[in-house]
Amino acid sequence: MTYRLPPAVGEALTNAWLVGPATVGMLVLIFGPVLAVAVLSFTDYQLGAQGFAWIGLENYTVLFTDPIGQRAVVNTLIYVAIVMPASMILALLVALGVHRVASWNATLAGVLRTAYFMPVAGTLVAMATVWQMLMHPNVGLFNQVLGLTGVPGQEWLSDRGIVLYSLAVIGIWETVGYNMVLFLAGLTAIPEHLYDAAEIDGVRPGWDRFWTVTWPLLGPTTLFVLVVTAARAFRVFETVATLTQGGPGFASDTLVYAMYREGFVYFKAGYASAVTMVFFVFVLTLTLVQFGVLERRVHYR
Amino acid sequence: MSSGRIELKDVYRRYGATTALNGISLRIAEGSFTTLLGPSGCGKSTTLRIIAGLEPQSAGQVLIDGRDVAGLRAAERNVAMVFQSYALYPHMTVRQNINLPLAMRNMNVWQRLPLMDRLLASARDLAAAHRTKVREIASLLDIETLLDRKPSQLSGGQKQRAAVARALVRDPVAFLLDEPLSNLDVKLRLQMRGELVDLHQRTGRTFVYVTHDQAEAMSMSDQIAVMMDGSIVQSGTPRAIYERPATREIAAFVGDHPLNLVEVPARSRELPEPFTSFAFDTRLTNDTVVIGLRPEVLVPADDGLLAGRVARIEYLGSEAVATVVLAGDRTIRAVLPTHSVLRQPGDEIRFNFDSDHAHLFDGSTGARLKARLVPRSPLRATATGPVS
Repeated sequence: MTYRLPPAVGEALTNAWLVGPATVGMLVLIFGPVLAVAVLSFTDYQLGAQGFAWIGLENYTVLFTDPIGQRAVVNTLIYVAIVMPASMILALLVALGVHRVASWNATLAGVLRTAYFMPVAGTLVAMATVWQMLMHPNVGLFNQVLGLTGVPGQEWLSDRGIVLYSLAVIGIWETVGYNMVLFLAGLTAIPEHLYDAAEIDGVRPGWDRFWTVTWPLLGPTTLFVLVVTAARAFRVFETVATLTQGGPGFASDTLVYAMYREGFVYFKAGYASAVTMVFFVFVLTLTLVQFGVLERRVHYR
Repeated sequence: MSSGRIELKDVYRRYGATTALNGISLRIAEGSFTTLLGPSGCGKSTTLRIIAGLEPQSAGQVLIDGRDVAGLRAAERNVAMVFQSYALYPHMTVRQNINLPLAMRNMNVWQRLPLMDRLLASARDLAAAHRTKVREIASLLDIETLLDRKPSQLSGGQKQRAAVARALVRDPVAFLLDEPLSNLDVKLRLQMRGELVDLHQRTGRTFVYVTHDQAEAMSMSDQIAVMMDGSIVQSGTPRAIYERPATREIAAFVGDHPLNLVEVPARSRELPEPFTSFAFDTRLTNDTVVIGLRPEVLVPADDGLLAGRVARIEYLGSEAVATVVLAGDRTIRAVLPTHSVLRQPGDEIRFNFDSDHAHLFDGSTGARLKARLVPRSPLRATATGPVS
């Protein structure tokens, strides 16, 4: 006679078996490293060194008082402040356009969608090379076109006052496609009969209709896009690494690039960990605020 | 004050190569309850959307109170519509949903901005008038307590009422209802059917109702337009459609019980089994004739002219449906009363029927024939013998 477990115990074991592996994976691969980084950020540990000393908050003090550290923090915030709204508004406009095109020519809409999504699918490092060509001071397309109109060309990637905005433009270009696809999915999910009802109720096409039906019903999509875009913008790295290396004179230095430089070029693991923690707190706070504030105002069906 | 007389003149609707509406002409009298009835895909919803102005017609005219409404937006036609899915705005409360048509009609962009009802005197007065109107309509439909809820917090019936309230609030000349009851359960559907009829009587407005449910159409309408394959195949009162269906398809579509159709040769006035006791009252030129007999017109009678044997009995409480094999091996269904002795399978059974209730259709075209089926013995004409 075989022994049977009580149903409650059996169920608990099944649950543990189903949830367990993923939970262990998360603990070992995410929460563990975060904890380790948090601990390291209070030390002067250098990669490969035999020992380390506790230095308390000194890494953080340096990051926020040292001009170079400050630069990275401020640059990142400026970059996010430009890329986040610009890429969202542009993506929404493009999505509205493509959605409308889709109603009379599905093929053209498909082509447009693919074209806008291309930057997302492509390797950004390779794309960055193309941008480098476009922004080249002498032979680049930007200055060529400006030259035709008589406007003096700019040193897009080596002028300290311009370089961050040049990177932001690439960031927007890179993000619009992804956000557009998300908005497009959101637009497609809005039931057609609501537009019919709006038409009957006297809601005029254009602004009225957008404001009464489209925008409110896009709420959940917009929230998601906001969170994803913020996280992506904060993570800006590839363009900095390939095009400017944070230069000239740290004018385009950002948090993640600083983290890479301090940790993997100068091997200052302690300081890099502090940068990582700051980055982590920024993204976490932003995400929590977005969910906290917006989720109450966003309607979920 | 416009009255809500609607007229369709030879309306066509084509999508590329396919024709959805094939020359629809229909007069809808002021204050009538007209139903567009038909199977799915027959074009009834398209017709309604064209009346509403949600879709343009490819050809033909739509007249509302004698005026061609081509080019007028839905709101300018001042018709209201209730959708099958209710189409309530999910992010707005019931109050805001009902208020929207008023705000859209009476307020400009600035007055509609949030808080303007506190800042702008004109917006304040309008908003107050709208609030009163919304409360009035809500009490009419008994949803006052639900005004501050979101649609997702309402049951199907409550959503339906909110949708009707939103349609009603603008005081439109006509109500267009697109299968408004088909998402409700059976009990609620019956209740809402009654409420819609009450509403129609109370408002006295024109109702144009689209449904595929013949029972809804029969029970609610003054006028039914039966649509098939993009055309109106018959229009008239429910009674006319039930009693004088113009084609075999209409006869089969209308009625609670599936119609019995028996095809017989029509070369002579005599009929084969099981109709040997009957004859056509005139000589027919058709090859074959289809006799349509509703299960509910067959009356069991000991001296009945139609004889057969019960094969199966389905007991339904208020009535029973018998499947009967007639002489000549034809199977028909008949509705039997359950207040007397119930028949058993294997029992002999005889039926009589009023010859007005036997519909004759052409075997190939399905069109109704003027000829009638009459008993061969004149003594038994239109006999409805005692119930056994």
